[in-house]
Amino acid sequence: MPQEFKPGCARPTTGGVVGGEKTQKETLQTEQAIKKEEKTMLLIGRKAPDFTAPAYHKGKFVNLQLSEYFGKWILLCFYPGDFTFV
Amino acid sequence: MSIDSVFVHKMWNDHELSKMVRGGVPFPMLSDTGGKVGSIYGIYDENAGVETRGRFIIDPDGIIQGYEVLTPPVGRNVSESLRQVQAFQLVRKSKGTEAIPSGWRPGKMTLKPGPELVGNVWKVWKTKMAFD
Repeated sequence: MPQEFKPGCARPTTGGVVGGEKTQKETLQTEQAIKKEEKTMLLIGRKAPDFTAPAYHKGKFVNLQLSEYFGKWILLCFYPGDFTFV
Repeated sequence: MSIDSVFVHKMWNDHELSKMVRGGVPFPMLSDTGGKVGSIYGIYDENAGVETRGRFIIDPDGIIQGYEVLTPPVGRNVSESLRQVQAFQLVRKSKGTEAIPSGWRPGKMTLKPGPELVGNVWKVWKTKMAFD
């Protein structure tokens, strides 16, 4: 379940893609894999990449993970920014 | 999900969105500062430093069934997104025995693919149904 967190002075950062921080060599390989992925960008019919991220939900700050919602239908929406007009 | 912090999400929800939706945004407003998640999903615009309007339908197995990506100035049609989810739900429930023709809406006819339907779609599905 999403874990509530108490915000400190620092701006809460993204939890990141699950799989986590790796050694430099591994990171490099991951980055190469991502670059390759961007070129193909054929995500359809494939597993949604899992990630953790902080969120604001009903008055609380929580950390959550996409895979916690597997088992339900999910609409994952990205948008350019808060206070954009449309 | 956007590149804004959860603090800005709170301000936007509390000061504007809660005036549009009673009780405020009912779902989690995710923060992707740095755009790492957006990059993996292929919708992060590196030059602008923002995420484009990407929308992904993910089924209960965690499989991406569909996506749509728009540039920032044009908003989405939420009804169309929900229609697509309903269509994928019907296909899943039928275990793939039914297919959703163009223009389908909930309650309307589906197709049952099989040898006898080959070349005979014109008998059961009319072109105007694509625009219903």
